[in-house]
Amino acid sequence: MTAAVTPVEPPAEVAFDPARPWRRARSVALRPEPFGALVYHFGNRKLSFLKSKTLVAVVEALADHSSANATLAACGVTEAQHPAYVKALADLARSQMIEPNPEGTP
Amino acid sequence: MTAVLPSRTARPDRPVGGRLIDQFEYGLDAPICLTWELTYACNLACAHCLSSSGRRDPNELSTAEAEAVIDELQRMQVFYVNVGGGEPTVRPDFWHLLDYAIGHDVGVKFSTNGIKLDKTRAAQLARTDYVDVQISLDGATAEVNDRVRGAGSYATAIRALENLAEAGMKDFKVSVVVTRENAGQLDAFKELTDSFGAQLRITRLRPSGRGADVWDQLHPTQAQQRELYNWLLANGVGVLTGDSFFHLSAFGEALPGLNLCGAGRVVCLIDPVGDVYACPFAIHENFLAGNVRDEGGFQRVWQQSELFADLRNPQTGGACTKCAHFDACRGGCMAAKFFTGLPLDGPDPECVQGYGESALAARDLELVTPRSHIDHSHSGPVRGQPTLLGIPSIPSKICDESPLAGLDLR
Repeated sequence: MTAAVTPVEPPAEVAFDPARPWRRARSVALRPEPFGALVYHFGNRKLSFLKSKTLVAVVEALADHSSANATLAACGVTEAQHPAYVKALADLARSQMIEPNPEGTP
Repeated sequence: MTAVLPSRTARPDRPVGGRLIDQFEYGLDAPICLTWELTYACNLACAHCLSSSGRRDPNELSTAEAEAVIDELQRMQVFYVNVGGGEPTVRPDFWHLLDYAIGHDVGVKFSTNGIKLDKTRAAQLARTDYVDVQISLDGATAEVNDRVRGAGSYATAIRALENLAEAGMKDFKVSVVVTRENAGQLDAFKELTDSFGAQLRITRLRPSGRGADVWDQLHPTQAQQRELYNWLLANGVGVLTGDSFFHLSAFGEALPGLNLCGAGRVVCLIDPVGDVYACPFAIHENFLAGNVRDEGGFQRVWQQSELFADLRNPQTGGACTKCAHFDACRGGCMAAKFFTGLPLDGPDPECVQGYGESALAARDLELVTPRSHIDHSHSGPVRGQPTLLGIPSIPSKICDESPLAGLDLR
């Protein structure tokens, strides 16, 4: 809230490309819940929910893989489920819960 | 204690997948949104105070105990708390606890009447990340506001808003309880809020605390509820509601937010003495789940209390489950039903389909509505006290009132 100085522009929206490396945003915490997890962004104070334990595993594992697609495969997401998970990750990217991983190599 | 709750099937298993709202009915490992009232002390004596605040309770949590609660919330990953009271800022350690919470990843959103928000405090808040301020205001004009909150309270709130705006504070809120007297001022509230660069938050009046004494007189009429619903649909996500108007969803279109009673499932209240209630509007022994001072602390109360376990089931019986609108309003507000003496598995007293009015009319004439045994109301007159109940305010100086007042000089 240092906005008394200069208002900080929100980061430009990043299109979600599942072939690129991603990670859980650094200012985001996951709280395990019986159905999945609660996601909280300390920066913009947005609250979101991951509605399956597999999705929780995917988000946590993003940083360990060279791309979101590789993460989904490693977490056992089937071909049939793939589009739904890509959509869920795209939503999380839009709300800044996950971010591009500059340390990852596609 | 369980006898008062609506009929539910015996602890059914949580479904896998499905809608979030269905998951929430089974509760969470920690609250999403926790209200923590730091003190029962308050400089005001609002006619509708939900916690019957006024005087400090000698048994209130010490600074060290409050810090221990914050440590626990951090461990449980409760990412923010709604702090209120009483007037939280009159606690001498308020600013310390604010910093302590923020330093432990527990963000704070606090409600205040503005009494302590001078220019220095406003500047301090503007410099602090992760804090949200809500200034309470229950009238867009001094006349309407001061009748329920007390003479001078409008001026205090406006001064606080000016100080916050001047300090460059962002995203502070003006928090309004919608009543019969201010329901026509929604546009005026929006204008006033916009003029400070603030955000409007409106919530529902509950018959809780001293609110029970004025609820008949102050709760919005059916026509006002309809106008409020239309206004909320038109103003959409720009206005915050704390998801408190979900009973209005039975008018047709669901309002944004959680359309569900979250009591003991996703919300709860920690009161100034550490008692944990199912929700901020349910300070009554029937909804008391435990105390943070008990062995196992808050976590044990949240995760293991019998009461909360009972609340974490979908309602399966009662008149409302047969209503076509049940999925929209889920029977409304538990506290509103309880304190108006209605059965918890029946309609909300403000049910927009009109079932509440019939239920209120059908109450036994002998019925004594439940009252909380917790009352910290000021015992004597308070400077500038609300005139809503027809109680004269005491003059702040003897000369403020004509010495001839009340004398019949004919």
